[in-house]
Amino acid sequence: MTAHAETHDHHGPPLAHQSSRVDARVLGMFLFIASEAMLFGSFFTAYFFVRVVNPSAPETWPPEPYHFPVFVAGVNTAILVTSSFTMHWALQSIKRGERRAFLAGMVLTFLMGLAFLLTQVVEYIHVGFNTGDGAFASVFFGLTGLHGAHVFVGLTLLGMVIVRGFRGHYTPEHHHGVELPGIYWHFVDVMWIVVYAAVYLI
Amino acid sequence: MESPFRSEAAAFRFLLITIGAFALIVAASWVNPWLGTLVTVALAVAALGVYMRQRAPQGLQQQIEHVGSPDERRVLVVANETVVGEELMQAIGDLALAGRAEFYVVCPALNSRLKTWVSDEDGARAAAQRRLDTMLSRLSEVGIEARGTVGDLDPVVAIEDAVRTFHPDEIVLSTHPPGRSHWLERGVVQAVRDRYDVPVTHVVVDLQAQDDAQHDARRVAT
Repeated sequence: MTAHAETHDHHGPPLAHQSSRVDARVLGMFLFIASEAMLFGSFFTAYFFVRVVNPSAPETWPPEPYHFPVFVAGVNTAILVTSSFTMHWALQSIKRGERRAFLAGMVLTFLMGLAFLLTQVVEYIHVGFNTGDGAFASVFFGLTGLHGAHVFVGLTLLGMVIVRGFRGHYTPEHHHGVELPGIYWHFVDVMWIVVYAAVYLI
Repeated sequence: MESPFRSEAAAFRFLLITIGAFALIVAASWVNPWLGTLVTVALAVAALGVYMRQRAPQGLQQQIEHVGSPDERRVLVVANETVVGEELMQAIGDLALAGRAEFYVVCPALNSRLKTWVSDEDGARAAAQRRLDTMLSRLSEVGIEARGTVGDLDPVVAIEDAVRTFHPDEIVLSTHPPGRSHWLERGVVQAVRDRYDVPVTHVVVDLQAQDDAQHDARRVAT
């Protein structure tokens, strides 16, 4: 015969409300991403102001005689999108307990993210204009640079996952440390799709 | 609408949708900038439609999966001030006598809306804990195995919480009589019946009548 209240066994702060349906750590990442979306939103506002609302907006985008490296950025986009697939594969692998596939997926994701970032640096060097060459250049470097900074943060997170992964961390039951950087990485990828479409293609 | 970033799989799916959506927008913009705008607006409206559809009541009852041994019945008891009611004890006693049963008692932390908004819940939770302790103590005295917890102030949410962890085969919901019960006024019993596919037993506890009867009994005794 046992009769007890479960709350008597609990120590520390009150338990999170279970009906939120979202794990507190995932909720934290979601709120972080929401704030990031607002940050990108402010940059996009500046971009659309310069390109559309501004009375002296250039007739062509980018204004003559400048050109964006659309093809190189397209290849870079393909690399980043592919890295999301490998990220997803890595997480699915650790959920199935396939450690080698998980590590391979993480390393591939990291390498592709690094390739994206390095290509962006090379693109900056050869793009042919600088931040002082007009508002269009400012918003170009602002938006792509902001995204590049996020890729760098994502790479740092992925790097930590890889180190922990090679140390034997993560199991099919415990892989939150992979899930959260995965969410962040996909967010970075989503933002790049928007940046690439808005700045380079349209 | 569920957050598109609630999990890695959801975020990945959202990425694929984003790629598809922006491919359409870019292609339309190349044909004509106004067509691109039109496609953007159409996609935004479609997204809003999905959002509204997901917000609408689903209509289907949630099936609660049975856990534990097949011959064991798991009973979720939800009660507020009525935990001390004789009618509730009688109903639980009947279920205990009917066969092997495990009882899980949830006492919602009743609180005012204002106090909830300002996170002033300590008093409400302490009061709910006292009610829960009383209930468990009474059940223990009559030899009924039970455990329990303090729940959310909203009884429907408290039940939802308990369903996720306890997987009841039956729900016993205790309220004050009609006219005095806020839960009945809000349609809590019907909401729970609509929501879950397990039997929901509604026990009405008239504490006023119980107190009057006890008072009369004491007066006769003296």
